[in-house]
Amino acid sequence: MTTVAVKPATMAQALTRALRDAMADDPSVHVMGEDVGTLGGVFRITDGLAREFGEDRCTDTPLAEAGILGTAVGMAMYGLRPVVEMQFDAFAYPAFEQLVSHVAKMRNRTRGTMPLPLTIRIPYGGGIGGVEHHSDASEAYYMATPGLHVVTPATVADAYGLLRASIASDDPVVFLEPKRLYWSKDVWNPERPTAVEPIGRAVVRRSGRSATLITYGPSLPVCMEAAEAAEAEGWDLEVVDLRSLVPFDDETVCASVRRTGRAVVVHESGGFGGPGGEIAARITERCFHHLEAPVLRVAGFDLPYPPPMLERHHLPGVDRILDAVGRLQWEAGS
Amino acid sequence: MTVMEQRGAYRPTPPPAWQPRTDPAPLLPDAEPYRVLGTEAAAKADPELLRRLYAELVKGRRYNAQATALTKQGRLAVYPSSTGQEACEVAAALVLEERDWLFPSYRDTLAVVARGVDPVEALTLLRGDWHTGYDPYEHRVAPLSTPLATQLPHAVGLAHAARLKGDDVVALAMVGDGGTSEGDFHEALNFAAVWQAPVVFLVQNNGFAISVPLAKQTVAPSLAHKAVGYGMPGRLVDGNDAAAVHDVLADAVRRARAGGGPTLVEAITYRVDAHTNADDATRYRGDAEVEAWREHDPIALLERELTGRGLLDEAGAETARQDAETMAADLRARMNQDAELDPMDLFTHVYAEPTPQLLEQREQLRAELAAEAESEGARP
Repeated sequence: MTTVAVKPATMAQALTRALRDAMADDPSVHVMGEDVGTLGGVFRITDGLAREFGEDRCTDTPLAEAGILGTAVGMAMYGLRPVVEMQFDAFAYPAFEQLVSHVAKMRNRTRGTMPLPLTIRIPYGGGIGGVEHHSDASEAYYMATPGLHVVTPATVADAYGLLRASIASDDPVVFLEPKRLYWSKDVWNPERPTAVEPIGRAVVRRSGRSATLITYGPSLPVCMEAAEAAEAEGWDLEVVDLRSLVPFDDETVCASVRRTGRAVVVHESGGFGGPGGEIAARITERCFHHLEAPVLRVAGFDLPYPPPMLERHHLPGVDRILDAVGRLQWEAGS
Repeated sequence: MTVMEQRGAYRPTPPPAWQPRTDPAPLLPDAEPYRVLGTEAAAKADPELLRRLYAELVKGRRYNAQATALTKQGRLAVYPSSTGQEACEVAAALVLEERDWLFPSYRDTLAVVARGVDPVEALTLLRGDWHTGYDPYEHRVAPLSTPLATQLPHAVGLAHAARLKGDDVVALAMVGDGGTSEGDFHEALNFAAVWQAPVVFLVQNNGFAISVPLAKQTVAPSLAHKAVGYGMPGRLVDGNDAAAVHDVLADAVRRARAGGGPTLVEAITYRVDAHTNADDATRYRGDAEVEAWREHDPIALLERELTGRGLLDEAGAETARQDAETMAADLRARMNQDAELDPMDLFTHVYAEPTPQLLEQREQLRAELAAEAESEGARP
């Protein structure tokens, strides 16, 4: 019997492993996109897949996002399970019509006879010093489109578990990969990957009694750091990682807010029309009488994504989160 | 080597990476649209096929008239007629094997019906009781696509997938002249050519994109010429000559099936009716133009050929008309029944399993319906 050392692994490695395992388990899984074959993707997430499974299973496509997603729709119609890579958040927009008019609607249009089991992987968000068009937090667009699941991991284990679940899902999933966490490490056993995580369940990453930080994807580590720092101020913060924006886990979020009575939603996406507004409304509708203060949002500014040398001013950081926590009407509540 | 010596040895050569990819000559369309009826080629046409095409064209014309009438009776929300384009619609359906796939646009319900889909199911979208009324897998007909050209990459992906699975399947995708200006047209043709996917693209150039004439869409020599840029053959055909359209499409299907890759076919035809019943074509074209095309009517062309060769007599024509009337009467009768609607269906097929949010909303609608029923019951 061999024992396998449990070593730190990166989120990128976990994603690669998830793709590899999905392809090995199910011959109908096909990976396609720009540079995903020979190069292994610009972030190397598809590294080695073309070598192992052949170029028919991991295909370098022409450089055309609408064509990539449109042909993937046809492949899914014929019983394949395509996993599409969009190279960057802001490069996915040409595929928007296919996504909105066909991917999201096909099951509904055909009364369930033609479901599309498609996964669309999109590296998203900022914080890596990317130049223009490489750092958009585009989740609100996808959330606003009925028929799509919108999933985003924040940990190495979830990257594996949620991607496996997304590929296995009979519904189309927009799988948003927080690119600044690609190289984040965690203790993870690649020989024994964690179980597939169910889509639609949030998880409490840190228990606390004073207030709830609600976040997902790239902002989770920032919230965890803020929660640590808040201890010095005497605040014991709970942190909820949504993991899935659609379906939304009202139950976990509201249970937390009912316990703490205060909530701050944290994300990179702009505040106006962003996920935080929806989340704050849902909390208010469901837990109004448990709230000691208005639900606050710490979001990116309502700007086109800034140039890399200015992005730190845009992204929600620990200080901005703590500042919001400080405004949760502690005097009135205590 | 010194610079001077290098200069002396210099021989102009192409850039190292350059090499010719494809010889364009065999890909070019003919100068004139290919025709069969009234030409020498007609002698070689299969009489059975011609008779079958005729029966389907007559039925198709009647179907267009009936569907247009149903809009006036409030039984269809809207109908984009393919009157004058029946040759393309019918040939596209007849040229395919059962295992093949058809990818229609919203104007192609006639092709969908000719492929075997129940006309009531084909018209569901336009009646408005659901979006797609038929099971796409039953007759291998993709849902009618309203966003122009977006169905073309689907056809490419499906054909590619079939080939990867080792299945002998061809996809035929239909689009109009206006649709060729869309980006998806370009991307679909490029993917199809790169993958050598077994796809046939049929462009019905009917002269107008609603009101905009082709001259405002493109200055390409012809739409068929666009094929050359993708490295696939372009074919130009008289779209009102059913035998010619069938021939050209059959060639393209054979080629695709044999692994020869995709073909772009431009069929020159004319939209005799307005864009839909809601459109006023007098705002953008004159009667003279329409009348000129009536002289080149697909049914008249085929009828002339068949009667000239003794393949059709008055009794035969009458049988075709009767069959068409029977179809129209059945369609009329069934479309005049109110659609059965269940509002709860709204929530059934959004996801495999409704989200918690949709379950809540479903209960909300259920309560609204119950309250509605109660208040109606309370009325005297």
